[in-house]
Amino acid sequence: MAKKILIIEDEAALQKTLAAALKSAGYGVLQALDGEIGLRLARSEKPDLILLDLIMPIKNGFEVLAELKADPEMKDFPVIVLTNLESIEDVDKALTVGVDTYLVKANYTLDEILAKVRQTLKEEQ
Amino acid sequence: MFEKRSIASHINPLYSCRRYGVSLWQCPQFLFLVMGLFSIIAIIAVWLVATSRISDPFLVVLIVLASGAFLIVMSFVITNSFERMAEASKMKTEFIGIISHQLRTPLTNLKFSLDFLLSDHFAQERSQQLEYFGILQENTKRMGDLVDSLLTISRLENNNVPLEKKDVSLERVASDIIAKDKPFADASGMRIILDCKPGLENVSADLLWLEQIVGNLLDNAIRYSKGGGQIDINIRRKGKMVLFSIKDQGVGIPKAEQKFIFEKFFRSTNARKKQVDGSGLGLYIVKRFVELLGGKIWFKSIEGKGTAFYFTLPVAR
Repeated sequence: MAKKILIIEDEAALQKTLAAALKSAGYGVLQALDGEIGLRLARSEKPDLILLDLIMPIKNGFEVLAELKADPEMKDFPVIVLTNLESIEDVDKALTVGVDTYLVKANYTLDEILAKVRQTLKEEQ
Repeated sequence: MFEKRSIASHINPLYSCRRYGVSLWQCPQFLFLVMGLFSIIAIIAVWLVATSRISDPFLVVLIVLASGAFLIVMSFVITNSFERMAEASKMKTEFIGIISHQLRTPLTNLKFSLDFLLSDHFAQERSQQLEYFGILQENTKRMGDLVDSLLTISRLENNNVPLEKKDVSLERVASDIIAKDKPFADASGMRIILDCKPGLENVSADLLWLEQIVGNLLDNAIRYSKGGGQIDINIRRKGKMVLFSIKDQGVGIPKAEQKFIFEKFFRSTNARKKQVDGSGLGLYIVKRFVELLGGKIWFKSIEGKGTAFYFTLPVAR
């Protein structure tokens, strides 16, 4: 069965590109445009991997991470943070909460992100 | 000519002060000049007094002490002015940080869309490609808009925004902008109502500035709505001015943050929650423009209920 990936990203354009790329790589894709919908989908759909943006309306990525990690059912979902925040404090904050991979959007191509997704899913098996 | 001016400008402290954009009493070059002049005068005065009135040494001591005190105060003011300049330089650095981050979002969209369009791995149909070209177009515009705002700010701070005052109908500008923003308003479920007294006088303003002022205020009213509602625009005469008001039923501005709302880069907490994207430059530019055109701008806002912005502009003679 195709692995399910949840994308939580408020930039519609980026959301679309990521979803299309993941779908064509054979993954099932769930999409959320803000943190709150993202958490709801994570709870109900139990994705195999979450791609998470940090700066988002309603609930930001750090808030989403905190709730994910506080919930025993969701705390083990692998999370790749995909953001343009790259200050040491932000990276540290995310890594301490327990993020698997932290990617700065501006530094990666779509192919490289797909490779990270594959790698993270493989490690989880 | 150029040579001559540049030599003169090196000697003239007023020139450097203008270049740094600080007022005279905050400008180290000027303050040092004042202090230097005062020291010379003080020395001469003390010498004169000491030679002619040697009979009263008390007065000599007093003058020396007073000069000393003045020099101490001056040094303090000068040190302070250096701090201000350092502060200004720090703000510039922060400015660059914020701007780079804001340019990165559309840049990332461009990059990933291009990756997608150029890649062999992703199966694409023509219609799908067109969507990505649409993303490219939209984000190029976004970057362009941001760069435009930055240019405007830089020109405002150097006092050289091109200004061409003409008689302009504020009603005409408002209805043009409403028409232009209609798709955006419709998509957000907003109704815009323009109320203007017939036969209202023109205002004396620069058309491009006026479009930016009205466009920015309307854009904010739509952007920070609570998913639908009504925006009321009212234009009427008030004494020698024309008063423009725009009322929305949006998220409002928290009371504690109201005093910062016209500051460069400031965005209220609920605005940021509602809409992540935004430079915090719009209202700063609007205020500067209104004031440079001889008007005033103010607002009333209740968090959760809505905001009303008002501005006045002089009636064209």
